Amino acid sequence: MKKRDLSELALRNLREAVLRNSLTTLGVAVGVASLVAMLSLGVGLQTLASQRLTRSGLFDAVFVMSQNNFRGQRRPAATDATPKKQSPPLDEDARAQLAKLSNVTEVYPQIRFVTDVKYAGKSETTSVLGLADSTRSSGAFEGMTGSYFSSPTANETILQVEFAKELADPPATLIGKDLTLRYAERAVLSKVDPSDPESVLDAAMGGGVSIVPREKTLRIVGVIESDPSAGIGGFGGARVYLPLKMAEQLHVAQPDDLQAFLNGNPAKPAYTAMTVRVHSPKDVPQVEAAIKQMGFATFSLLDATKSLRLVFTVFDLFLGLFGSLALTVASLGIINTLVMAILERRREIGILKALGATDRDVRSLFFAEAGAMGFFGGIFGVTLGWLIGVALTWGTGIYLHRQNLPGVKISYVPWWLALGAVIFSIAVSLAAGLYPAGRAARLNPVEALRYE
Amino acid sequence: MPTAPAFIQAESVSREYRLGETIIHAVHEVSLNIAKGEFLALLGSSGSGKSTLLSMLAGLDRPTSGAIHVQERNLAELEADELARYRRETVGMVFQTFNLLPRMTLEENVELPLRLAEVDRGERDARVGEALERVRLGARRKHRPSELSGGEQQRGALARALVNRPAILFADEPTGNLDSVNGEQILLLLREIQDSLGMTVIMVTHERPLAERFANRIALLADGRLVSDGVQA
Repeated sequence: MKKRDLSELALRNLREAVLRNSLTTLGVAVGVASLVAMLSLGVGLQTLASQRLTRSGLFDAVFVMSQNNFRGQRRPAATDATPKKQSPPLDEDARAQLAKLSNVTEVYPQIRFVTDVKYAGKSETTSVLGLADSTRSSGAFEGMTGSYFSSPTANETILQVEFAKELADPPATLIGKDLTLRYAERAVLSKVDPSDPESVLDAAMGGGVSIVPREKTLRIVGVIESDPSAGIGGFGGARVYLPLKMAEQLHVAQPDDLQAFLNGNPAKPAYTAMTVRVHSPKDVPQVEAAIKQMGFATFSLLDATKSLRLVFTVFDLFLGLFGSLALTVASLGIINTLVMAILERRREIGILKALGATDRDVRSLFFAEAGAMGFFGGIFGVTLGWLIGVALTWGTGIYLHRQNLPGVKISYVPWWLALGAVIFSIAVSLAAGLYPAGRAARLNPVEALRYE
Repeated sequence: MPTAPAFIQAESVSREYRLGETIIHAVHEVSLNIAKGEFLALLGSSGSGKSTLLSMLAGLDRPTSGAIHVQERNLAELEADELARYRRETVGMVFQTFNLLPRMTLEENVELPLRLAEVDRGERDARVGEALERVRLGARRKHRPSELSGGEQQRGALARALVNRPAILFADEPTGNLDSVNGEQILLLLREIQDSLGMTVIMVTHERPLAERFANRIALLADGRLVSDGVQA
């Protein structure tokens, strides 16, 4: 029999026993739906976690420090005989070299200092951090009051909410107001001014740096609840944030300036640490190794991502197992329906055989019916599973909203899951139809025709 | 005895069934030659083996021993697929209980053998129409079996048996479920079709008067054995 005729007959048979076949198909659909819902939950949570972690900048970053700093000044010297390679200074030259490494997307120094902030006659001492423009896309700024910096060099600031409360309550009233930053600028003495005896003296001593007190007025553009820098490299958070490029232009005196001066290279300020961003977390080991080759100390959270992936893989496995159990029950339903159909349609099988149907024709007909139930059950099941995911996301959103937290998408049905579930459903249904179809094909036509 | 060359040749055909320790000889050592274009009636009482013999001649069952030669093929030795092909291409069957599929319309029932024989769709409609017109059911093609009378259902079954233009038509008690008027009509139709198409008809019946009236040869069976075989005048 031709495939088209076979399909027509199979669909006709399914339509004729519509209630029984619909219930069986519904059984398959519920099995597929539970499988899809559980896996979509696993995929959704994994996607959510990896998105959040990637956007946090913790897992696609390598934190670079000079080995001299990393060892610490008080740490005893190494006792082995081989002399340690001297770590190069973490300055602009090092920054340019790091930027040239493959898979590196961005290199920026850590600009962090403690200083005085004046607002409405009040003066507070607090820590200030320069934020690279790439932090704009991190989840930390979702739901912030106000907005992110208008440009990487804007004279603007974002305040951490606890600090903002100390300045004004409610903190939102600070948006659009100005505050003044008092800081110590590091100025390089490179030109000799004959009228200035100090510069002449400095020149005579081979150059140097001077610390000049400065003030900078900044517009408050945002107040943030969370701390975008918490835990990065274990350096702790800050309370006032500036655009990084603007912060660099301030030339704020850094602790390493003294070391640079002692090294005789005061014109090139060295940084305490730098952050190297890579394309994706999988690039971290290769970049980290290359940086170590350059003589710097590095730190990354790669091991943490590995553990996280393992946890999610096991999580997915268990969710899939529970979903498969539901589908197993559904496939028993298919076997039952088709075996019952053989009993009911015994005479019909006999007639088909008397009219010249081969064993293969009869087997194919039952197979096609099982496959069709699997196909429709799969399509319906994927839709149902997706709807369950949407309902879960919706319910979670309401709960999070009540907790004053932004909504998240916890369920996600990727195309491969939808397609895979339909194929899996058809495969399970065909496997379930194997025995009944074989039994129908083997029926003796004379006995089948005698059946009442 | 017929003198024309055998179209169907049964040689010492036996069919046994085993029920526990007991062996039942449904058909025992029956030999029969049937010429092309004959209308043979297999006559006998209930349990005489006539339906079993018909099933073997129609390729629905296989003999336990003996041979059945049709068009130079021994049905007893054919593979299952070849036997199905024989039923599809060479044979048409009419049953006592009509055996139309209840969920299909009359035309869909008649189309079924064409689907199995993989006849082109374009050709099917004309063939179905022709078969239904031949049994005078052209106006009932969209009706389901439950909407037809017993006589109409049997005529529909006859149309289904004819649609593949078989060389042999087997009829197993075709009047068994019909009143005498409808029974006679069916047999008149069978005779008419045999005359016009020249096909061989083998009919099982237990009604001697019908057999004598319509068949041109009667083979009488009793207890699985061929008792007599004679041409009608």
